[in-house]
Amino acid sequence: MDSDKIGQIIEKHGSKPSSLIQILLDIQKETRWIPKEALEQISETLKVPLTRILHIATFYKSFSVVPRGRHEVHVCMGTACHVRGAQRVLDAVEEFTKIKPGETDSELKFSLETVNCLGCCALGPVVEIDGQIHGNLTPTETTDVLKNTGNVSEG
Amino acid sequence: MSKIVLTIDGKEVEAEEGMTIWEAAQKIGIVIPTLCHHEKLEPYGACRFCTVEAEKRGRVSLVASCLYPVENGLVVRTRSEKVDKIRKMILELLLAHAPDARGLEDYVEEYGAKKDRFEKEASFCIHCGLCVRYCAEVKGNYAVGFINRGTKREIMFVPEVAPNVCWDCKECFPLCPTEYLQAAYVLSMAYLSSSDSFEPGVVE
Amino acid sequence: MARIKSVEELEGVRQEILSRKEPGKPCISVCAGTGCLASGAGEVIAAFKAEIEKQGLDTVVDMMGTGCPGFCEKGPIVVIHPGEICYVNVKPEDVPEIISETIKEKKIVERLLYTEPTGEKIVKETDIPFYKNQHRMLIYENTKLDSKSIDDYLAIGGYSALAKVLFQMSPDQVLEEIRKSNLRGRGGAGFPAAVKWEGSRDADDTPKYVVVNADEGDPGAFMDRALLEGNPHSILEGLAIGAYTVGANEGYIYVRQEYPLAVENVKIAIETAKEYGLLGKNILGSGFDFDVIVHMGAGAFVCGESSALMTALEGKAGEPRPKYIRSNIKGLWEKPTVLSNVETWANVPLIINKGADWFTQFGTETSKGTKIFSLVGKINNTGLVEVPMGTTLRNVIYDIGGGLPGGKKFKAVQTGGPSGGCLPEEMLDLEVGFDELTKAGSMMGSGGMIVMDEDNCMVDVARYYLNFLTDESCGKCVPCREGIRQMLKLLTNITKGKGKEGDIELLEDICEVVQSAALCALGRTAPNPVLSTLKYFRDEYEAHIKEKRCPALSCKELIAFYIDPEKCTGCRRCLRNCPAGAIDGGKKMIHIIDQERCTKCETCFEVCRFDAVKKISGEPVPPPIPEEARIIDKGGKGNE
Repeated sequence: MDSDKIGQIIEKHGSKPSSLIQILLDIQKETRWIPKEALEQISETLKVPLTRILHIATFYKSFSVVPRGRHEVHVCMGTACHVRGAQRVLDAVEEFTKIKPGETDSELKFSLETVNCLGCCALGPVVEIDGQIHGNLTPTETTDVLKNTGNVSEG
Repeated sequence: MSKIVLTIDGKEVEAEEGMTIWEAAQKIGIVIPTLCHHEKLEPYGACRFCTVEAEKRGRVSLVASCLYPVENGLVVRTRSEKVDKIRKMILELLLAHAPDARGLEDYVEEYGAKKDRFEKEASFCIHCGLCVRYCAEVKGNYAVGFINRGTKREIMFVPEVAPNVCWDCKECFPLCPTEYLQAAYVLSMAYLSSSDSFEPGVVE
Repeated sequence: MARIKSVEELEGVRQEILSRKEPGKPCISVCAGTGCLASGAGEVIAAFKAEIEKQGLDTVVDMMGTGCPGFCEKGPIVVIHPGEICYVNVKPEDVPEIISETIKEKKIVERLLYTEPTGEKIVKETDIPFYKNQHRMLIYENTKLDSKSIDDYLAIGGYSALAKVLFQMSPDQVLEEIRKSNLRGRGGAGFPAAVKWEGSRDADDTPKYVVVNADEGDPGAFMDRALLEGNPHSILEGLAIGAYTVGANEGYIYVRQEYPLAVENVKIAIETAKEYGLLGKNILGSGFDFDVIVHMGAGAFVCGESSALMTALEGKAGEPRPKYIRSNIKGLWEKPTVLSNVETWANVPLIINKGADWFTQFGTETSKGTKIFSLVGKINNTGLVEVPMGTTLRNVIYDIGGGLPGGKKFKAVQTGGPSGGCLPEEMLDLEVGFDELTKAGSMMGSGGMIVMDEDNCMVDVARYYLNFLTDESCGKCVPCREGIRQMLKLLTNITKGKGKEGDIELLEDICEVVQSAALCALGRTAPNPVLSTLKYFRDEYEAHIKEKRCPALSCKELIAFYIDPEKCTGCRRCLRNCPAGAIDGGKKMIHIIDQERCTKCETCFEVCRFDAVKKISGEPVPPPIPEEARIIDKGGKGNE
């Protein structure tokens, strides 16, 4: 993301340090991660120490300081999904993608995260892929959904 | 500022509004043990080692004396069975990280803490925050900070800043209760000089 | 729409909206909450739009997407007015039939009706036991409006409480009414709202702030989402009333970013309220200014803690602060701040409109009004349940929740999220209320109610919550960060069969220190799941440690799968489905699981139609029967 765009986002939020989190959310949404250059630019523009921004960027789970994959896979590990077998669904995802929560595969295809409650408890266990909810999953069904992800768009 | 009268370990203390229990105790020569407190820094309240019993209107609470503001009629006990149990456990939890830390040694015997109550942990840092806060509040350099959260929280030297300011300063090194800080600095600098990028927040 | 400049004008606008409605005109309402949208409600709504247009029926019938009514298990839900005909689990393919049969022919489509386990079909929405046994003061409003429409909110009496407060009541009088109502915080602590408001009102410092805590981080809890998405104006109205009372002119709504629809709807609500002059400068000509800013969270459960939330609003990492000086005196930017949960604010217009006397007729001695619970887990009717305080757990779980699926035995209900506790069967007649739940070893929390059955291991539940907290703790203070770290290690070892004598005592010691010395409420309540499971299910812990046995047959390292030679028919189903190739067998031969290769995935257990696969724990797996005995001959089993 170029520095002009980042400058615009900072201005959109009033160029205030109290808007740091909102600024980072916008950048994360656009590029799916927050590059080092962006952190530095924000630090300079808002006159805020880089340590504070680094703390924020690594404290909140919404942000990633490393590039993320094209397909975001979120496995809900909320209590309702947990009691309905979410762990085995997660095992199946890890088995298929060969990555653990918090990681991205080397081809940047999948990024895996566990999330704590998407609020669709009636459909538990739930996996959210690229914003779409898949519910009532068995481990086998989960693998099938993943097999079909990205195949259409990537040809 | 109005005067406030409270009792600490049976002794009456006259304190000013806005003072903390810790400061009031110090006034009468009682030094409540701390791990994250420093006279040049804002009180932090992270180690909880300074926890004391504070009784008002018949109710006893356990509070961090470095932050709790004095109140009229407060009755404070800096040692008790409960307080000692807390300090012992805090020590044992930290000894899992830094069993030979000189900053903890003094207290190990006094509170009967067992160095091997918990299995050894990988990181030496006890998160007193003295280095981070000193660099921020006293030096204004912000060369070292906290990253991540929960059990993955760690300190990190900022690659853009630390190489430029730390070597001529090093004032935080002697503040560290464990031997971690200097090692962390040396390792970060070695890592930086051997690679072109850094990835904060990536925990191996 | 020009700004409304007085109460008279507001009533005029309201009458005008009402007069535009055609009484008796059929209306199809489809729940457009996040839960139903995830089940395909978006496609159902689109199908209705298309079909109505195709048949040229727009003048004959209205259609709207409404807020969440709470019956998530049966979504997508469609209710047709008049008549309140309720159709459940509706699919886009059902839409043409609904239009032709119910809208045009006024006939019921039987197969889409809610069906009781007895087979009885119910037509009217409010006759359905799930709804009938509730007392839906707040959540029922969701069904009456399109969440994005301010006109709909005005049509059901919206902003009349604000008007009453601004022109007929002084801040003191409002405070008195709230005090009389005994409204207690619905976010977890149950702190009396009036005391909180009074502290800020009396504080000698400006500016003052009011904040909505919409961070709703408890896993399994989504009632705030339903309220904020479904009826955002009700929260704005409550917030404005609070601001007027304490003397604040600026409000914040902190919404977790995982609720994009709630963020969208509340932003629309703020925009339209501003347009109508119900927010902003000189509201309704009263001289009272009030602005609201939406601030999104970024994925941190700890930011649901009020001091951490304020720290996040200030643009920092959400580390809680000591509350030795209460935040209603020194809160956001060290100024007096009233921070409350979404549901607390939503109750305010209700109390002002109907009066504290009306409100206090519901509830127990010390907990008045209703509470919305999210009933989830091993339950037939997953969804949001609103009941008066004092309703028993049994009532909620069985009369409303429809009991547990699969004929499984109830084991525990978890309330209060990671800060709460698990209550066993003998506590089912407990009346829900703040103090009642705390006395029992749990807490109200935000209202999550997770039902667990005989297949859930309670030691694993404790481990689950600690695992959750290792990541979500801010990590600043020693008792929480290190205490949770060590407790998780202990519990993980116990669930893996590596528990030792003394582990329980060590857990209890750590719990005691964390409860007493942690910096914030997250840390201080972190031991609750451990302590409540130790209190009511100690025998499970002991079985894990002493016998290396998991009574619920759940902990992977402590269970083994074994095919019962008496029941196996040699059908090969398990063998074909086993992903690890761990089953040995042939046609009409008793199958055997190779324990070395088995990954405990449970697939064989699920696919066997003869109940031949057994889970065993705490005992050695019987040795495989000899080759010759494995052949199943024609007449019966070959294993005499």
